[in-house]
Amino acid sequence: MKDTWKLGEHEFTSRFILGSGKYSLPLIQAAVEDAGAQMVTLALRRAQANTENILDYIPEGVTLLPNTSGARNAEEAVRIARLSRACGCGDFVKVEIMRDTKYLLPDNYETAKATEILAKEGFLVMPYMFPDLNAARDLQNAGAVSVMPLGAPIGSNKGLCSKEFIQILIDEIDLPIIVDAGIGKPSQACEAMEMGAAAVMANTAIATAGDIPAMARAFKQAIEAGRTAYLSGLGRVMEKGASASSPLTGFLEA
Amino acid sequence: MITQKTNHMEYQENMEIVDSAIMDQVLSARESFDPEAYTEEDVKRALQKDVLHPEDFAALLSVAASSHLEEMARRAQEETRKHFGNSVAMFTPLYIANYCENYCIYCGFNCHNKIHRAKLNAEEIEREMQAIAATGLEEILLLTGESPKMSDVSYIGEACKIAKKYFKVIGLEVYPMDSKDYAYLHSCGADFVTVFQETYNPDKYKDLHLGGRKRIFPYRLNTQERALKGGIRGVGFAALLGLDDFRRDAFATGMHAYLVQRKYPQGEIAFSCPRLRPIINNEEINPRDVHEPQLLQVICAYRLFMPYAGITISSREGSRFRDQIITIAATKISAGVDVGIGGHSEKEAKGDEQFEIEDGRTVEEIREMIVRQGMQPVMSDYIYV
Repeated sequence: MKDTWKLGEHEFTSRFILGSGKYSLPLIQAAVEDAGAQMVTLALRRAQANTENILDYIPEGVTLLPNTSGARNAEEAVRIARLSRACGCGDFVKVEIMRDTKYLLPDNYETAKATEILAKEGFLVMPYMFPDLNAARDLQNAGAVSVMPLGAPIGSNKGLCSKEFIQILIDEIDLPIIVDAGIGKPSQACEAMEMGAAAVMANTAIATAGDIPAMARAFKQAIEAGRTAYLSGLGRVMEKGASASSPLTGFLEA
Repeated sequence: MITQKTNHMEYQENMEIVDSAIMDQVLSARESFDPEAYTEEDVKRALQKDVLHPEDFAALLSVAASSHLEEMARRAQEETRKHFGNSVAMFTPLYIANYCENYCIYCGFNCHNKIHRAKLNAEEIEREMQAIAATGLEEILLLTGESPKMSDVSYIGEACKIAKKYFKVIGLEVYPMDSKDYAYLHSCGADFVTVFQETYNPDKYKDLHLGGRKRIFPYRLNTQERALKGGIRGVGFAALLGLDDFRRDAFATGMHAYLVQRKYPQGEIAFSCPRLRPIINNEEINPRDVHEPQLLQVICAYRLFMPYAGITISSREGSRFRDQIITIAATKISAGVDVGIGGHSEKEAKGDEQFEIEDGRTVEEIREMIVRQGMQPVMSDYIYV
């Protein structure tokens, strides 16, 4: 059986969402192909440039995931999303709202407000968020089609710093959980997939690699490996050492 | 009338006062920073940190750090790549007027300097902007001399409205004003404000700024806060390196930006790194104690202290330095620069330049250079909301 997943009514086989920022436009096509990505994010603020249009470099057939970067509150995110749809970037939107230029941490409260407005307008909203269970439930209730918790601050390449909390979202939220931001290495992407994430999104890790297409390929393989491991049911991992020599329950036999 | 006799530390009438402790904090940090007091160990420790604190920033600006330039550059490059990838933003400054009411003894625009003064009218501004837009640029920095009389807020506002037709990003480098004025200019399309403090040493400042509103040190220092309160998205900071001890001034500049970011976490932060340049009619203004290695040290220290901040490299610097610094730490570069008044569309500029530029390459030449350096020229990564 084919292992697919859905965002709204849209079905995908690839579980790798690729970012398009931070590297030269001509490399985007190669990265998309090597990553086997079916969905690519782009900052609408970049797509607004007159001269070199990032859209010209994204291969046909790939689903665009425009983001609202630059928005500092719900109202600005809504305006950017509407502009994005008006520009022909489709109905998907990744809501990103940051009120902090230092760590670029998402504002969950404003994000829930924007998600609610945009979902009502028919957008397929994929909110970028700090992994908090209550906020994730709010996003689900607001009509999000997925939830995108961060592994670590954007661009930090620090991996799954918020692992335990992402696991809670995977266990409790009935929407695809896509780990976004902070993933620095293929092994970390693999780990997120082993945990049961529906997909992984990465940008900086690939954009800053020595060989961009090769790194895109490495991520693809890692994500597939992690997914296969998850589906196979991970074996038991002994975290607290081997069994004790005199069992605590030995008294029952006496 | 503000003259040499006016107390430079006292606000004048018609100057908005913001409730802020930042100036005192910056001045006391500058006061206690001793560039000689750091050891090689302090520098190495700072270079190993993930998030730098003010003490680490101080160590990187110290004399001891001058022998660690290579390591600083490598770490700076790493951070720049993480936060900006290989993007390099391009822009050009447009001087729309050079009337000035200030008397700053090191500046070519000062009110006692006998230069050709001019001010572009709306039609001329439009012509200049058309010529600039035709080069492919999408970001413009509007500049005036500091004369609220000759280039008032509504004049600057009109220039912003015209700019909005041709450009995606509009920055301002004009005289400091009140937050209501910034709110108005934001409504006209501007979203970035840069003001150079020149020097953060109040005593030196007093001796260099002999007249005009600029003499009032606290009003100038609190400009970024007023701009952010007015709804401006990003603010730029700079000391004119070479006016006073450049290490102390660079430290104060970084501390100023750091404290403003803490108070206004949504504000985007940028640094400019000007060194004094020769000016018309004053051959003595040509200090040489901030050489390229010192400038590099300052830029790398800014980058490591605030890895997310934009850093602009102006055409005051030569091509050799500019071509390399964009691969290390700078994120924005000017191109096709003409610092006279009206020089983009006319053969003969109407008004004289503020200073001499070093890198006169065209937009196309800079664009090609950026690509040659393995970087990516970006015309706009911004949306006005």
